Amino acid sequence: MSVMPLKTTSPALRSPAAAAPAQRLSDHARLLIVWLVLLAVPFVSPNSYVVSLANLMLINVILIASLNLLMGYGGQISLGHAAFYGLGAYVSGVLGVKLGWSPWIGLPVAALVTGLSALIIGIPALRLRGLYLSMATLGWNAILVVMFNRLIDLTGGPNGLLGVKPFAFGTFALDTDARQFPLVWLVSLLVMVAILHLLRSRIGRALRAVATNELGADAVGINSFRTKLLFFVLTAGMAGIAGSLYVHINQYASPETFSVSSSILLVVMVALGGSGTYWGPIVGALIYTAVPQLLLDYEDAELMLFGLGMLLVLILSPSGLTGVPGALIKRFSGRAS
Amino acid sequence: MSGKLLRVEALNCYFFGLRAVADLSFEVKTGEIKAVIGPNGAGKSTLFNMIAGVTRPTSGTIWLDDERIDGMPTHQRAERGIARTFQNLQIFREMTVLENVMVGRHLRGKAGVLSALLHGPTLRADERALADAAMAQLERFDLAGKAHMLAGSLSFGQMKVLELARALAGEPRLLLLDEPAAGLPQAEAEHVGEIISSLNRDGMTVLLVEHNMRMVMSLSHDILVLNNGMRIAEGTADEVRRHPDVLSAYLGESEDA
Repeated sequence: MSVMPLKTTSPALRSPAAAAPAQRLSDHARLLIVWLVLLAVPFVSPNSYVVSLANLMLINVILIASLNLLMGYGGQISLGHAAFYGLGAYVSGVLGVKLGWSPWIGLPVAALVTGLSALIIGIPALRLRGLYLSMATLGWNAILVVMFNRLIDLTGGPNGLLGVKPFAFGTFALDTDARQFPLVWLVSLLVMVAILHLLRSRIGRALRAVATNELGADAVGINSFRTKLLFFVLTAGMAGIAGSLYVHINQYASPETFSVSSSILLVVMVALGGSGTYWGPIVGALIYTAVPQLLLDYEDAELMLFGLGMLLVLILSPSGLTGVPGALIKRFSGRAS
Repeated sequence: MSGKLLRVEALNCYFFGLRAVADLSFEVKTGEIKAVIGPNGAGKSTLFNMIAGVTRPTSGTIWLDDERIDGMPTHQRAERGIARTFQNLQIFREMTVLENVMVGRHLRGKAGVLSALLHGPTLRADERALADAAMAQLERFDLAGKAHMLAGSLSFGQMKVLELARALAGEPRLLLLDEPAAGLPQAEAEHVGEIISSLNRDGMTVLLVEHNMRMVMSLSHDILVLNNGMRIAEGTADEVRRHPDVLSAYLGESEDA
């Protein structure tokens, strides 16, 4: 038995390709509109703290959207997405701190290294169906956290990696929130476009077919293993990009950011936003970024609230929060007709 | 009609020492409809699964044209031109009808990761070709009007037809049908029968496992009868119908009666 993806059945918001052809706006256009609106954030923000939250939220969009591609569309539950995030952050950060590499080189290298590590984990773990990927990624995350903590000469250990340089154009360093925003804005947009493009292609359909019915996918000639591996590597690479952005924007990284519980929370955010929906991760990233800020004084309440929220959403709207408007419309029009 | 498209030689399959298929050899000629029938537990499904690549034979060989395929995983057999349907439907319920058939044509598409990411003219041409071919397939089966519905919302009979359309979308050389009429009312079963014979008139080679005797007898050029995993008869409908072993297997008479 393969792991059932946390699937939804709300047809209206299911997937871009499943949508009716008579849609007024293409998803490309919608995406551009949302991101153009986001572009206003630095101008309307009362202070730079809000801009820094916007930066973090866009990094979280990359993380959650990539996990959603793997989990929501591909049915493969990774419990180590934060490990790839952390690996990207430390690879890019350490290369900068120890070897003086530019963040512009650190970012693609981080993506390559995390993708490569996913390849090495995925080859044994994805050959077997079922929970093996979840277990392998969980183990991978645990190992990486130990390494971030213990390789003190390299990572700074529990005190964190200090002295990370920001992105810079010559002497113009992206060292303020407002200067960093355009970069994060652009990279997150590119990742969202990449995900849309992948979903709207033959290989994206193959991924969804494998997740929906592996026997059927095999029968039409899809190599399920290779398809899952490809997307595992791609989404890990995206998490690596997010990690590189994170470390050069904060100019710091510490191990607890990339813990197993972060990985689990990312899975929760995929489900909260709407697993297997294109727009769900944006909602998930909003929650993931905003709620901890609202509960700064009640840190313990945060996990409880996320847990409770997850339960409520899964009971009341299994398709996640993005499914709520659709479900309401359906209910309403169902009554009307 | 003379070439042998599929050849099965000395095939055996044991499950925990229980014999499901025993020393079975037969062939499917290019352009024919061959049916495999037999009482429940005769080994039909096991045989079917060994040809499709779901079950590994204990011994023996399976050849497609002159290539040995019995060690290959399912997707490689599909690459070589074997398509199949499932008795208990394995469609992509959460994808649209059109997408189901486009996935069925997966092997005829070319676009890889890079062209998908770039979404340039190469990918768009690939997508258009896939969608056009899938749409043509749907039109052939009267499903074009439902192209953008979720496959899971179709009726059982429509899903059976959709699965057939998906299997044909990849332009296979050999079509394996696992009880295509199972669960269908007589009228729909007849409709499926007509589809199969029209496919065959267009040159498709078909291997069919089916319980519906009326369908098997009217469609098949050649019938293989199994009982207890062994061949008890093989021939045309008329020959098989009169065969004493077939009668006893189906009527449950003892062998020396």
